[in-house]
Amino acid sequence: MFQQVPMVEIDGMKLVQTRAILNYIAAKYNLYGKDIKERALIDIYSEGVADLNEIILYYPFLPPGDKDGSLTQIKEKSRNCYFPAFEKVLKSHGEDYLVGNRLSKADILLTELLYHTEELDSTVLANFPLLKALRTRVSNLPTVKKFLQPGSQRKPFEDEKFVEELKKSFG
Amino acid sequence: MAGKPILHYFDGRGRMESIRWLLAAAGEEFEEKFMKTREDLEKLRKDGSLMFQQVPMVDIDGMKLVQTRAILNYIAAKHNLYGKDIKERALIDMYTEGMADLNEMIIYYPSFAPGDKDGRLTEIKEKARNRYFPAFEKVLKSHGQDYLVGNRLSKADVLLTELLYHTEELDSTVLANFPLLKALRTRVSNLPTVKKFLQPGSQRKPFDDENHVEAVKKIFIK
Repeated sequence: MFQQVPMVEIDGMKLVQTRAILNYIAAKYNLYGKDIKERALIDIYSEGVADLNEIILYYPFLPPGDKDGSLTQIKEKSRNCYFPAFEKVLKSHGEDYLVGNRLSKADILLTELLYHTEELDSTVLANFPLLKALRTRVSNLPTVKKFLQPGSQRKPFEDEKFVEELKKSFG
Repeated sequence: MAGKPILHYFDGRGRMESIRWLLAAAGEEFEEKFMKTREDLEKLRKDGSLMFQQVPMVDIDGMKLVQTRAILNYIAAKHNLYGKDIKERALIDMYTEGMADLNEMIIYYPSFAPGDKDGRLTEIKEKARNRYFPAFEKVLKSHGQDYLVGNRLSKADVLLTELLYHTEELDSTVLANFPLLKALRTRVSNLPTVKKFLQPGSQRKPFDDENHVEAVKKIFIK
């Protein structure tokens, strides 16, 4: 619709815009809470995840000179802002999942974020035991466990070689 | 029962303006607490009111909501401005996200250095005229209905109306070739709640000019 990807063909629709796609999938599979207040919390947490994820997403595509600064920003924001905020949520209710004691879009996207941040900052989870526990719990769900295995559709970190090839195709 | 929602932000459009539009269109009265100094922001942070140390924050129905999209989605769902099922919601989200991409450029435009402003304005004009407005005009043309989704007012129509006004402020002839967008804007503007919001003296904020940008920098930038 806006000349951009991602685009997902699903249920007779050609959906674009990442958040629209994620929200549709979440609602379709009951991963969006039980009412509008739970949905609000799920959205707040998902948007926080998205803000940090945005910086991580662009990191492989930055010129070499800008990478250090971005990495510092990723480390600082995850350790001082985002991860403490999510750890605090889990601590506040002591439940297994972020919202409504039930798996939601927020838990899955946070799990992804935790893995991806750790790839760039190997000790980032050291002081966040509840985040580690959540990540383990979500990773052990049969569907997620399968996705984490080699040979699945999960994509590896975007290294320089990948970025070069992509630029050749789209540049 | 909780009182009116309270909006925490600076006295300007920024990321809060879309929220003001949606609350106004929904007919939900709200109050505003304006941050004027860095201390005002730090106080909110120390209070633990800002989950990610950022504004906008809207205190509504017993929750301190942050993140613009979370706030907009909650208001939309609360006031039945989010379609009748998940497929309509998907369309509403898709359209709204496209608007947000263009709106992002417009929100930041006032804060650009004078030397960079021309380039940014060119980009805004180009994207509005060649990418976003044709896409929305096409939607309206495809079904011939009064509103973008499900023949009913939604979050998408309200936010598009706001976007059309704001883009036109920067590019006065941008709507020349988009008759259906103009008609939608007129239709939404004539709704009693929106009409009231468009009148002088309402909580709608004027264009963020240079003075305003300076004031905001003092609050947010060390």
